[in-house]
Amino acid sequence: MAQLNMVQAINLALAQEMERDDRVLLLGEDVGRDGGVFRVTEGLLERFGADRVLDTPLCESGIMGAAIGMAAYGLRPVPEIQFMGFTYSAFEQLFAHAARLRSRSRGRYSCPMVVRTPYGGGIKAPELHEESTEALFCQVPGLKVVVPSGPYVAKGLLVAALRDPDPVLFLEPTRLYRLLREEVPDGEYLVELGRARVARQGGSVTVVAWGSMLERVLKAVEGYDAEVLDLLTLNPFDSEAIVASVQKTGRLVIVHEAAKTCGFGAEIAATVAEEAILHLRAPILRVTAPDVPVPLAKLIDHYLPDVQQIRSALDEVLQY
Amino acid sequence: MPELILADFHVKRLQVLNEKGEADPELLPELSDAQMWRMYELMLLARIFDERAVALQREGRIGTYPPIRGQEAAQVGSAFALTGKDWLFPSFREMGAHLTLGYPVAQLLQYWGGDERAQKAPPQLNIFPFCVAVGSQIPQAAGAALAARYRRDPVAVVTYFGDGATSKGDFHEGMNLAGVFNLPLVFICQNNQWAISIPLKGQTASASLAQKAIAYGFEGVQVDGNDVFAVYRATRQAVEKARSGAGPTFIECLTYRMADHTTADDAGRYRSAEEVAYWEERDPILRLERFMEGRGLWNPQKRDEAAARGAAIVDAGVAEMEALSPPAAAELFEDVLATLTPRQAGQRKVR
Ligand SMILES: Cc1ncc(C[n+]2csc(CCOP(=O)(O)OP(=O)(O)O)c2C)c(N)n1
Repeated sequence: MAQLNMVQAINLALAQEMERDDRVLLLGEDVGRDGGVFRVTEGLLERFGADRVLDTPLCESGIMGAAIGMAAYGLRPVPEIQFMGFTYSAFEQLFAHAARLRSRSRGRYSCPMVVRTPYGGGIKAPELHEESTEALFCQVPGLKVVVPSGPYVAKGLLVAALRDPDPVLFLEPTRLYRLLREEVPDGEYLVELGRARVARQGGSVTVVAWGSMLERVLKAVEGYDAEVLDLLTLNPFDSEAIVASVQKTGRLVIVHEAAKTCGFGAEIAATVAEEAILHLRAPILRVTAPDVPVPLAKLIDHYLPDVQQIRSALDEVLQY
Repeated sequence: MPELILADFHVKRLQVLNEKGEADPELLPELSDAQMWRMYELMLLARIFDERAVALQREGRIGTYPPIRGQEAAQVGSAFALTGKDWLFPSFREMGAHLTLGYPVAQLLQYWGGDERAQKAPPQLNIFPFCVAVGSQIPQAAGAALAARYRRDPVAVVTYFGDGATSKGDFHEGMNLAGVFNLPLVFICQNNQWAISIPLKGQTASASLAQKAIAYGFEGVQVDGNDVFAVYRATRQAVEKARSGAGPTFIECLTYRMADHTTADDAGRYRSAEEVAYWEERDPILRLERFMEGRGLWNPQKRDEAAARGAAIVDAGVAEMEALSPPAAAELFEDVLATLTPRQAGQRKVR
């Protein structure tokens, strides 16, 4: 087994699925010759040819719309949007068409595709390059939203997403692309969509996180008897795992790097309030970014939740 | 039934100054020697600024930066035709236009250093913030042009963008609005022939970008974008036409990005050294130097003096930028809304 970073793991998943299934093809800005701006698709053009790895013009709505047509036609397109901030110009295609094609056509057509996009902050990049507006997408029924937190799960989740019969938004935490290396099996394995992973066992407080926040949470909980859940799929999310853990620990802290208001943490908190309120021994706390646009480099460290803020929240619920 | 021809069109290409620096006297715009020299100095300043910005990025003193090397004539030549009253909707690669209009050097560097306080344009300029989402500034410019017409203000609205932007829906919607409403809008496309790794032919199958204007009902012209006089001449005409209410113009400046797409990019992955060398010989600054030398306006010593002045301006800007104190965390909340929401106010307090 090789030690891979997340870029390599995702590349491997794409290559293996393209090898296995000739319906899988990639399209997007700079994905071919340049191998993607983060090099995630490096080498795939050489290996699979320009019919399967398409360098497109600069047109996010066009890329998304074209992928919908391909998917409805029976292919498995993997459109890449260069940064999450540029999915906004493809919203209409994604929301009004991809997510509801199956329902609108009463099952006559479906839209199996995986939209890949780098996501999240902490890389000191220009405006709109560090967005984490995952909750926007979770509001749309018909669209699955997946966020890996490291190389191993990235590969397994991506393979599962590529075989899923419905559209999946696959958010790749940019800060993690090259931060961690893990053992990644070369052979086939799937990480099931919709299931959370217990990243650390513990008894006195549950911490729920996803994407690049997981790495920070694991640092923050050192010295605490905390159970950490890595959500992995945000829609549909594993409410059972969360409720079961809260029933055990009686306390819940949710950490996300998106703004607080209407962030995905609100959905989790509401679900626990509905299903396990009598198990709570302290208020549910959310550690999030403030309700401001994602700033540029000079302020990004003040924007993203840090280890200290997570520890303060743990102390607060433990001492309640 | 005979077929009727419904439209028939041709596309013009304008060049004033050839590669040897020889000008067509018929086409040479009316500019005094002092104005020509000023154009030269601004192009040199833009080049020096750019070189310094790239170096600052390499030293970790600013963040990712998109170089403009090779596009100085397109930027200075076009902005030279504008006044502070005109409105500018830039993309992110027109620092030469900013410098021409007097945008402070320190502020440009401050922005690329990751400090968005720098996006507040000085009060005497109507310049929109740098726009990172490709093409999205174009319909906004159409809106400003609508407003200018409504107010009967004799100003032109100018929007800059690259060849890649012409593939976006926003470009087409903006062009269509400009045509339908006959707006005082000038579209300046810096066709630098690459959108990151995608060459022009991966962006469009049409023979020129200029001809796209025809479908929207107004004039499109291609100019040699490395010829500062051609760019100036075309922009001047387009701006006057706009200010006088005669409608929009699309100007395609055919130029070349000699540097990487940004300091985070490696253009060696997708284009050949020969191609770059070909364009280095067509360097817009070199071309203007040759012309001015022929007129007795230029010699290496004058260039060195001008370069020293440019370097001093940039040095001062760097020093000013580096003397700024970093934004405080509470700055996150500045101007997010006219009045913060109660939750934002609470979040601000604890930072
Ligand atoms: C809507 C959108 N999609 C993708 C990007 C990423 N990106 C930044 S610049 C660029 C290429 C732009 O090419 P062009 O319009 O020709 O301008 P140039 O960079 O050559 O000046 C891309 C794909 C972006 N900033 N905005």
